[in-house]
Amino acid sequence: MQWEKNNHKESSPFFYEGDNDLMNIEVRLLLEAIYLRYGYDFRHYSKAHLKRRISHRLSISHIKTISQLQDKILWDRQFFFEFLEDLSINVTEMFRDPECFLEFRKSIIPVLSTYAFIKIWIAGCATGEEVYSLAILLEEENLLNRTQIYATDFNKNVLNAARQGIYSNQNMDLYSRNYKKAGGKKELSDYYTSKYGSVIFDKSLIKRIVFADHNLVTDSVFSEVHLISCRNVLIYFEKKLQNHVIGLFHKSLSNKGFLCLGTKESLRFTNYEDKFTTIDEKAKIYRKKPIYSKK
Amino acid sequence: MIKAIAIGTSHGGIQAIKTIVAALPPDFKIPIFIVLHIGRNSNISFIEILRKLTRLTIKEAEEKEKIEQHTIYFAPPNYHLQVEDNFTLSLSTAGKVNFSRPSIDILFETACWAYGDELLGVLLTGANNDGANGLGCIKFRGGATIVENPKTARAPEMPASAIRLCTPDFILDLNDIGKKIVELSG
Repeated sequence: MQWEKNNHKESSPFFYEGDNDLMNIEVRLLLEAIYLRYGYDFRHYSKAHLKRRISHRLSISHIKTISQLQDKILWDRQFFFEFLEDLSINVTEMFRDPECFLEFRKSIIPVLSTYAFIKIWIAGCATGEEVYSLAILLEEENLLNRTQIYATDFNKNVLNAARQGIYSNQNMDLYSRNYKKAGGKKELSDYYTSKYGSVIFDKSLIKRIVFADHNLVTDSVFSEVHLISCRNVLIYFEKKLQNHVIGLFHKSLSNKGFLCLGTKESLRFTNYEDKFTTIDEKAKIYRKKPIYSKK
Repeated sequence: MIKAIAIGTSHGGIQAIKTIVAALPPDFKIPIFIVLHIGRNSNISFIEILRKLTRLTIKEAEEKEKIEQHTIYFAPPNYHLQVEDNFTLSLSTAGKVNFSRPSIDILFETACWAYGDELLGVLLTGANNDGANGLGCIKFRGGATIVENPKTARAPEMPASAIRLCTPDFILDLNDIGKKIVELSG
């Protein structure tokens, strides 16, 4: 039999020895320790993803228990910042869910075009794939030169990566297909130069972008904007934290400002459901209902 | 006692899942989570086909939804499906695992962190080795494990690599797996 022939030894995987109750207790203590010592608040992140990242770190660092990991994190600052990278959320691709960008062109661009100056906040921008996607879209709609984009993340390293705009060549086929499906008017390769297995995006795309360190969980509103794009970030948060962050977005948006979420995220069942109008439920485009002062 | 079932499959998985779903009684209570590698294509039409085979609720898992009985949940294409310890489901766009998103390992691992020894893991036909580590994790936490017989599976690699890694409780031909699931869930 074919399958019996290649009976090589698999590298042995890492299984956590503590039972589920113990694991839950240790994870809670670890998150509390990180918050108290370093101020990063992961206490209301969804636990399944955190546990996977923690388990991965234990496995590569040859640490046996989460309690021992906590010890090392409290005592070793540099080690903590390495671990922080593990917890960082990675946005996967450019023009992810291209149909959302298509809908963006259709329902948001005509409104933004009527503004003399446009302010956009890309929250949780990670390594910048979404930032460049949006910048290209705005450029093609002749709006980039009157737009100010704030791209924020709590992780300074990914912000640096985003600023550099260098990505692996490997993904460009997928990104190009996405770009076309997203209603791209040229070729994606018109926006980058290829070198040594990497591509670097045109610097003119980011001249209107400010990359800034901002933590959605612990920082407050920093500017009034016409549009917020925060895609596939809220899925990493528990309900309570989702509500907190959507509240922050609601405060930051101007009247009738747009909110774009990831395709599996929704305002349904949040405290802010009735404070937004749904523009497109599939593309997850919402618009803040205007608040008129009572006087 | 089994409280949840996690199933993973890849190449040949559509037929395998149809066979298993058809074998479940209409009042089958235990929630089932399924990762089927289907690329980026929507699995809506496949879900429609399955609905004709059973009275159980069949749906794509939604972000933070509460796990209900009498329901079969599918991972949405291009998202990992995770089980949270408060018995809700969550999705993630994290990097591919074993070149896969959704990844079977992620479903199996997070499901056994939530259900411990009350989870049944089932690994079916497939042409890669996603799911082997996850099944090992379920076994390690005392859950029950079934692997499709690689000798008769449409694609043997996935079940075979799980068998190399851990000794599953049952190695069965596809046609006997549905029956065994019902028996273990009784």
